[in-house]
Amino acid sequence: MNSSLLLSAATFIYALASVFYIGSFSFKKQALARFGFWVIVIGLVANTCGILLRWLESYHMGYGHAPFSNMYESLVFFSWTAAALYVFVECKYKESIIGVFVSPLIFLGIAYASFDPSITSKITPLIPALKSNWLIAHVITCFLGYAGFALAFGFSFMYFIKPKEAGARSLFAKLPEWDIIDELTYQMIVFGFLFLTIGIITGSVWANSAWGKYWSWDPKETWSLITWFIYAIFLHLRLMRGWHGKKLAVVSIIGFLGVLFTYFGVNFFLSGLHSYA
Amino acid sequence: MFFASVKLTVYTLVLLALTSIIGTVVLQHGSPEAYIRLYGPGLYNMIQVLHLDRMYQAWWFLMLMVVLCINIVVCSIDRLSATWKIIFPENISVNPRRFEKTKNRQQFESHLPMDRFARQAKQILAGRNGKVIEKNDETGRFLYAETGRWSRLGVYVVHASVLMLLAGALIGSALGFKANLRLDEGQAADTVFNAYTRLPIKLPFTVRCNDFQVKFYDTGAPDEFKSSLTILENNQESFTEDILVNHPLRYKGINIFQASYGPTTPDKAVFEITDGETGTVETHTIKNGGVVPLPAGAGNFIFEGFLPHYSFNGHDLGEAFIGRLDTTRGNNAQIVLPTRFPTFDKMRKGRFTVEVKSWDQAYYTGLQVTKDPGVPFVYTGFLLMIIGCWVTFFVSHQSVCIGIEQAGSGSTRVWVAGRANRNAQSTNLTVKKLVKQLKDVPN
Ligand code: HEM
Repeated sequence: MNSSLLLSAATFIYALASVFYIGSFSFKKQALARFGFWVIVIGLVANTCGILLRWLESYHMGYGHAPFSNMYESLVFFSWTAAALYVFVECKYKESIIGVFVSPLIFLGIAYASFDPSITSKITPLIPALKSNWLIAHVITCFLGYAGFALAFGFSFMYFIKPKEAGARSLFAKLPEWDIIDELTYQMIVFGFLFLTIGIITGSVWANSAWGKYWSWDPKETWSLITWFIYAIFLHLRLMRGWHGKKLAVVSIIGFLGVLFTYFGVNFFLSGLHSYA
Repeated sequence: MFFASVKLTVYTLVLLALTSIIGTVVLQHGSPEAYIRLYGPGLYNMIQVLHLDRMYQAWWFLMLMVVLCINIVVCSIDRLSATWKIIFPENISVNPRRFEKTKNRQQFESHLPMDRFARQAKQILAGRNGKVIEKNDETGRFLYAETGRWSRLGVYVVHASVLMLLAGALIGSALGFKANLRLDEGQAADTVFNAYTRLPIKLPFTVRCNDFQVKFYDTGAPDEFKSSLTILENNQESFTEDILVNHPLRYKGINIFQASYGPTTPDKAVFEITDGETGTVETHTIKNGGVVPLPAGAGNFIFEGFLPHYSFNGHDLGEAFIGRLDTTRGNNAQIVLPTRFPTFDKMRKGRFTVEVKSWDQAYYTGLQVTKDPGVPFVYTGFLLMIIGCWVTFFVSHQSVCIGIEQAGSGSTRVWVAGRANRNAQSTNLTVKKLVKQLKDVPN
């Protein structure tokens, strides 16, 4: 058993969970969603073990570092945080059907890591700048933030699918009440905002200890700040301008596009300090 | 009031987000030639007029930040007086009617007589929340308690932290600097050069690099690099410290970071000189700048220097030694000896062939020297921001009310409801738990 195998297994288990959730939604069978939940839990266990095993393997190879140092590892960790947060939310809110928009995101993250040929899963040694405990704090908090935003993004979709009037027979009747969707989206963004804030801060503190500058307007930094601004706008629009529903969901979706650009776009289109993840 | 409006906040934040994109797309702090090559002279003119080449320091970008600050200050002052009265009220007024329409309201009947139940309920509530306010009217008795009133201050902490961060940034850019310093092993310096303006900055002490070491992984990637630095003051050695990436030296408000390294001219190297005519082979250890006689008295060989990157027909051949063959026949040729290609000099097809056999690899260390007196303010801002966000998002001002009225003889009708300024879910949970506790009241 090695970590790659476990993580591939996790990918397929998450795929299965998405199938159950989507099936539950399409055939209006609550039981399938309950099933999907447990499949996600199993996937999460495999994902966790995979990450821990990879950590161990890096020690056996003599490099010994936390598995947060390249694109592959960060995508795997992204799926882990999103899955963990989702399991927590479903336990707390007892609304199983909401997984229909979230489980595919969890699957896509880890699947992209495994199937994109330009992303290597090799364990490589750390360059000197990455040897810092701040790296671990920075990556974990940023990805908790991203997970919160990803879930908010998934929930925001319900605004565009659920019909306004509660037609009982429709495919979407099983979706939760409006105020619950509203609360869920908001809670996820609040969670994401807090952790993105801490993520940017730990990154700054780390940059200050490695390069002597806590902020250098490097493209990744700047894009994370832009993302942070977008969600600050979301919070003020909701709280002070009374925005709700679809209008606000659009802001949440724009925010998640910001996350995606910070995460992928900057690496592909712009250059800077963060060449790894 | 214009500056108190949250509409202005939203517009300012949108503008900040949109304009920030420019600096990630347009090259920052480049040279004029770089801009003209990338964008052409016409666009470069526009870039200069709008300061897009250093847009995060441009007046219009700073202006947006100033507007944000004024907005925060005015808005906070505007609202604080009202919030203050809510947070520190002279007396808490309880209005049970406000709990009538809450969604989490639950009702049940207890077999206890009203007074007994009320006494027990008060104890439970006090155990959870501390102070309990009791109120009676013609319909019955009400017990009221609350938590987290102070959490309404959280937002002000968040906004104050934004001001603190910007103040720190301002102090840093007014009184601080960022500079580069390149030291060969053994070399000392007390002046550094500003990374942007290239102007010299005198340090309050002298730095000497005693030694530089680099370790590689078996993959060839650098594992760790380390400089041993000595600080000298008034020509006296003050102390010596090793610095690594992520482990800077901090002294007198100046921070010295390990940023880069590179090869530099070795002190001495061993050269092998072959005379093609006689077949004589001679080996010499030559100091940098040193001269040795060629075999058979045919002239001299001089060790002239070292290049970290030798470019040959457009290819980078890496590190190379530079020498000069000065023959008595009047030929005077500079020769280049790339260390990666030991037999390179044979290609020249001269009478004498020179090869570098070994050398003491020497390095220079690339240091980044910074001073930023704004950092303590920025770090305070960081801390306030995290605490403020935490309080704002996860602590709520929550109140619960228990209504108690006589139902029949010896039994009591009870309702429980909770209200909060946020986090409805956690309020629902509080109500559920409280109801469970109340139902379990022993007879
Ligand atoms: C980068 C700048 C800013 C950040 C990060 C920020 C952050 C926040 C946060 C996190 C909240 C709480 C939102 C919630 O509870 O959902 C908030 C609320 C608020 N913000 Fe800001 N804010 C900023 C700028 C401003 C400015 C310039 C104003 C000026 C008008 C402002 C006015 C308010 C108001 C009035 C509230 C609601 C306070 C309340 O609940 O009573 N914010 N802000």
